Amino acid sequence: MDESNATCGKRLASIGLENTEANRQAYRELLVTTPGLGDYISGAILFEETLYQSTLAGKKFVDCLKEAGIAPGIKVDKGLVPLAGSNDESWCQGLDGLAARSAEYYKQGARFAKWRTVVSIPNGPSRLAVVEAAWGLARYAAISQENGLVPIVEPEILLDGEHNIDRTLAVAEEVWSEVFYQLANNNVMFEGILLKPSMVTPGAECKERVTPEVVAEYTLKMLKRRVPPAVPGIMFLSGGQSEVEATLNLNAMNQSPNPWHVSFSYARALQNTVLKTWGGNPEKVKAAQTALLIRAKANSLAQLGKYSAEGESEEAKKGMFVANYTY
Amino acid sequence: MFEETLFQSSRAGEQFVDILKKQGIVPGIKVDTGLQPIDGTDGETATQGLDGLADRCKRYYEQGARFAKWRAVLKVDSDKCPSSTAILENAHGLARYAQIAQANGLVPIVEPEVTLGPGDYSIERTAYVSEKVNSHVFRLLNEYNVILEGILLKPNMILPGLDVPTPSPEEVAKYTVRTMLRSVPAAVPGIHFLSGGMSEEEATLNLQALQAYGPTPWSLTFSYGRALQSSTLKIWSGKESSWKAAQERLVALAKANSEAQLGKYAGPHPSPGGARILQALRLGGAGK
Repeated sequence: MDESNATCGKRLASIGLENTEANRQAYRELLVTTPGLGDYISGAILFEETLYQSTLAGKKFVDCLKEAGIAPGIKVDKGLVPLAGSNDESWCQGLDGLAARSAEYYKQGARFAKWRTVVSIPNGPSRLAVVEAAWGLARYAAISQENGLVPIVEPEILLDGEHNIDRTLAVAEEVWSEVFYQLANNNVMFEGILLKPSMVTPGAECKERVTPEVVAEYTLKMLKRRVPPAVPGIMFLSGGQSEVEATLNLNAMNQSPNPWHVSFSYARALQNTVLKTWGGNPEKVKAAQTALLIRAKANSLAQLGKYSAEGESEEAKKGMFVANYTY
Repeated sequence: MFEETLFQSSRAGEQFVDILKKQGIVPGIKVDTGLQPIDGTDGETATQGLDGLADRCKRYYEQGARFAKWRAVLKVDSDKCPSSTAILENAHGLARYAQIAQANGLVPIVEPEVTLGPGDYSIERTAYVSEKVNSHVFRLLNEYNVILEGILLKPNMILPGLDVPTPSPEEVAKYTVRTMLRSVPAAVPGIHFLSGGMSEEEATLNLQALQAYGPTPWSLTFSYGRALQSSTLKIWSGKESSWKAAQERLVALAKANSEAQLGKYAGPHPSPGGARILQALRLGGAGK
């Protein structure tokens, strides 16, 4: 739930709401006060504004989360900007002053951090973009650990493109190889990080579609080739998959034991139905919270390999891919 | 095996590779041609052997070899060694060798040995250096598209310098498994530790202690040279009459380590209480 104000504005606009602090506060209050959410969710990534917000009754959001058994986390990157000298690719900013900010976030109650950079297959990716992505993540991770925050390491390989799943696998292997190399060069402790990878799937515009079992096979192959077993947890991003697709793929990956815990860190794939159910209406808060629990529980079962798609709503099956998606 | 051995036969004329195959032992071949000093470093070495390697691999495969081995050596001390030059040079050699071996049907054993040497450097220092070396090795293996499911790793166990008292098997196991978990992707099927300068008994006890950390994604087992042959050689001493006794010692040592890699070694050791088995780094290339 770490959408920046601009991105949160897009979510609110999709249900006809203005992008005001009050609306952002109302939406986030809906999420963090969902009863029983802690049964399925162990951490919540917040945007800076949200980390310092409270409920209307005056209770800090971080306290709501902690009481629910949910660790508060903080998005610390400062977004993507064009990468000079590249093939129209991006790099992620946020290292300036990061140590001091991290220390402040820790004081406010955050216990983990997140930094999302992206790699684009239609644009290459160029070696420059891959090395920059890995280096930025590695510096961020080292600074986070230095300041008591567990870094979530997220190099998202964007879904955009017509490439097939074999191409995605090759790019993912290159990216993760570089990421772990740079993490090691920066003396990051692997037992104290979490990964947030994209699953290995065909590009959004690729004509050859594949089953969840194939996604699982390719994704696990990539992870086994690139992720040291010392890393305790791998929490997948949803990246534009439909809510049901994201859950089915996660379930397929948990049909046999893995060296690391394989789970989820979903934003769109948890919130899509929630937003549409709420629509900004205070009387729909309870129904929206119920919708959130349904998705959270489904994914909770999926990371145990015990999910079944029977009874899922049509809304939950709708894809959420947006070409050239920017946060 | 060394190249000469791959082409040798018993006195009765049976090829060594056939004797091994009949026993269910896969013949492998050392393909590096030895160590050379890297100029401008403090006694650090590069491993040679890439020239003509593809053709040699083909010949070895025809003779019956099914896996290969290349030993890279990294010197370690408290602060300067290994240098980044030595790390990059040795990682590169291993990666190119592994790629060529796979292209020619041989499973490469990848051996980045952080070597047990003089000094009082700590076990933590060796662990740190081993992680760094492994990180570079895997980065280059990936760069050269080596299939990780088709290699074996032959690393050192994590030990402090020779001037530090020998650590307990539990301490060695703790640091060694931690280093492997931090460095080695799950796709690699097996980790076969080298014995380096460990005594024969030390090599068995340490191997046993590793198994307490199982199950692991890769097997934690052995590829011992000195720790299987040191007392074996002494018993033989070139005497025909000691041949059988030497063979019995070899089998006893192999059995002890075989049990240890299953976590089932109970002792007593065939060769108890021995000293470290040290050998100087030989430079100037092999094949002589």
